[in-house]
Amino acid sequence: MNATAQNIGDHTRTYLMVFGVLAVLTVVTVAVGYLSLPIGLGITIALIIATVKGSLVAAVFMHLASEVKPIYWLLLMTLFFLLVMFVLFIGAFLDQGGTHVS
Amino acid sequence: MEMIPYTVEIREDTGVNNAKLGIWLFLASEVMLFGGMFSAYIFLRLGAVSWPEGSSLLSVPIATFNTLVLIGSSVTMVLSWVALVENNFAKYRRYLGLTILLALLFLVVKGFEYNEKFSHDLYPATSTFLAIYFTLTGLHALHIIGGVIVNSYFWGPGSKMWSSDPQRFTNRIEVAGLYWHFVDLVWIFLFPVLYLM
Repeated sequence: MNATAQNIGDHTRTYLMVFGVLAVLTVVTVAVGYLSLPIGLGITIALIIATVKGSLVAAVFMHLASEVKPIYWLLLMTLFFLLVMFVLFIGAFLDQGGTHVS
Repeated sequence: MEMIPYTVEIREDTGVNNAKLGIWLFLASEVMLFGGMFSAYIFLRLGAVSWPEGSSLLSVPIATFNTLVLIGSSVTMVLSWVALVENNFAKYRRYLGLTILLALLFLVVKGFEYNEKFSHDLYPATSTFLAIYFTLTGLHALHIIGGVIVNSYFWGPGSKMWSSDPQRFTNRIEVAGLYWHFVDLVWIFLFPVLYLM
């Protein structure tokens, strides 16, 4: 097996391992949902697990862990504008004093 | 006909080929789209007098199964790209075919879920929760359908490029994979937000 083939073999093992971790974390998220935790704690745990899962997909499957700098800058800019959008929405929401819908 | 430049070779200034830069720019716009939709969910929920727990209206076991199906399809997608890097076209077609089948399974299960809601007279107009549920999952399902169309093209007629320009074809599958993993990533957040909170 040459160096490249060895590398690919390693990557394949990593992909399968990540699949295993994602599957386990999915089951953990559901299990936590059945624990009847206080709503705030339940939401926090579910979002933390989702963030870990999302990061694994982005880092390993989307190869972000070994991507070039311009892609990182592009993503940083995206996150910045996403934040700007959230701030605008929060401002509008607070300005209305919270919209009540049923 | 003049070729689009830098489909295979790396541009010096960006450090990636144009296809990869292009898909990341597209995914950036997708982040804003889904970010806007998630914001809608948050503010509708914050402003609502009452909000049902997702599990009281939706089936958690079915959605858990669908989550595993989609994660599985992400793995087969990346393995189809690995197969091309290994120069194994038959393996590539097996894995991409499996990815397409898993995506179709996801859609069938989703359709079953929708149908179950409709049979109980639960429509988008029924409540704010159901309105945002159908909007978010519907938009996500449209992305799945888009992925199935693109992947089916690369599985079938589009795969002819493998014999004429294998490196460019491999890049195309990597780029299609980036889109597919993003669709998986969005579901990873939709699942707990809609079904478990």
